[in-house]
Amino acid sequence: MADSAIEIEELCVQRGGRTVLDRISLAVGAGTVTGLLGPSGCGKTTLMRSIVGVQRIDGGRVSVLGRPSGDVRLRTLLGYVTQAPSVYGDLSIEENLRYFARVSGVERARIGEVLATVGLTGRGAQVVASLSGGERARVSLATALLGRPAVLVLDEPTVGLDPVLRGDLWGTFHALADEGATLLVSSHVMDEAAECDELLLMRSGRLLDDTTPAALRERTGEEDLGRAFLVVIEQAERP
Amino acid sequence: MSARATTATAQRVLWQLRRDPRTIALVIGVPSVLLLLMRFIFERRLGVFQSVGAPLCGMFPFTLMFVVTSVTMLRERTTGTLERLMTLPLGKLDLLLGYAVAFGLLAAAQAAIVCVLGFVALGLHAPHGAWLVGLLAVGNAVLGMALGLFISAFARTEFQAVQFMPAIVFPQMLLCGLFAPRDSMAGLLHAISDAMPLTYAYDALHRATTPVALGSGLAVDVAVVVGATLVALGLGALTLRRRTA
Repeated sequence: MADSAIEIEELCVQRGGRTVLDRISLAVGAGTVTGLLGPSGCGKTTLMRSIVGVQRIDGGRVSVLGRPSGDVRLRTLLGYVTQAPSVYGDLSIEENLRYFARVSGVERARIGEVLATVGLTGRGAQVVASLSGGERARVSLATALLGRPAVLVLDEPTVGLDPVLRGDLWGTFHALADEGATLLVSSHVMDEAAECDELLLMRSGRLLDDTTPAALRERTGEEDLGRAFLVVIEQAERP
Repeated sequence: MSARATTATAQRVLWQLRRDPRTIALVIGVPSVLLLLMRFIFERRLGVFQSVGAPLCGMFPFTLMFVVTSVTMLRERTTGTLERLMTLPLGKLDLLLGYAVAFGLLAAAQAAIVCVLGFVALGLHAPHGAWLVGLLAVGNAVLGMALGLFISAFARTEFQAVQFMPAIVFPQMLLCGLFAPRDSMAGLLHAISDAMPLTYAYDALHRATTPVALGSGLAVDVAVVVGATLVALGLGALTLRRRTA
């Protein structure tokens, strides 16, 4: 790949004496939709937190757009959506977006656009606590889209969404990538791997493979990406 | 630091409060009800009502802000909104000042109402003007906010955060001189009370509600309260970490 939006070298994170990330090195190509896949508890969230600069790290180097992660200048260039929707339940959708827009220095007109992107047009007045889990996740996503970030880090954004909406969101992710944004999207559901341009496969704190859906199918001889992942795991564990 | 992020945060906190009219009613109403209760408890000893009730008008906002801030900040930590804010162009001080402005306004409303009740309707005396008591009350509110913010870092649940009130606020209330003169306390307690910020907050209110010259004592009290607030705010800012384990 020509340009990398995210570069990680020998990243190590330990928590409570346990190694959560074990010497991870990878690069995420600029303008791609890259899937970060692996079972729950394999370290996906910790890796994403390291990229956005909120994780204390024990070794290695993480850089985003050529700057060290956590750099002040990255705060307007990076969008992060946590796994649990991090929005204010006691505010309306519109109030949440107005607050985050003002903090990020984004014009108010942008609020209507991001609401349309996540399919919540006309729902602005509704209080977030009264929304379903999936709707709350979309408000959280809309918040991250406000500043048109160059790099979007999305932690399991499609979990629990209805299939039609999930399809729409993947369409949105690719549209954003076409406009030049880089997206890193995590999931523990291998079905979603097929939606990504690039794949990072993780297990037990280690990166097993850095590939594409087509290359993964070809190398493992498995059409189904879930099975292909199993083959990768077997190969990695073979002595 | 940015004025934009500070005012945005203050407005957001006020929006949140507006959605919670019951809390507003409790915050505004409870101190007045307690003061009224006290007036009739001391029905035949109005002198005691003056010496306890008058300074208490300026101390309610301290307890209020302590508990409100610690619970709100804990919520911000546990729901992930703090983590999101830490990835945005928002300084820690912007967040703290935003909270201070919003809750300071609420505290001012609370203090104004309880002062009007106490000094106008119930006949308490403020020889130097009830406005001075109100002003000290808002200062104490900001002190309570700063302490609550710092303490919230040590609570994992809202239940724990609320329990910090009897643990942190009550001892200061007992030792500050409101219920018994500090001179009559055991020597050790007197020394401990010297180190507690609420002692100086009470002393200032005591001066403001007794017909003596304010003197330089008031200035010292105010300086100690302001200093303690700044120290607690600094410690609170240290607990707001961009990177966590």
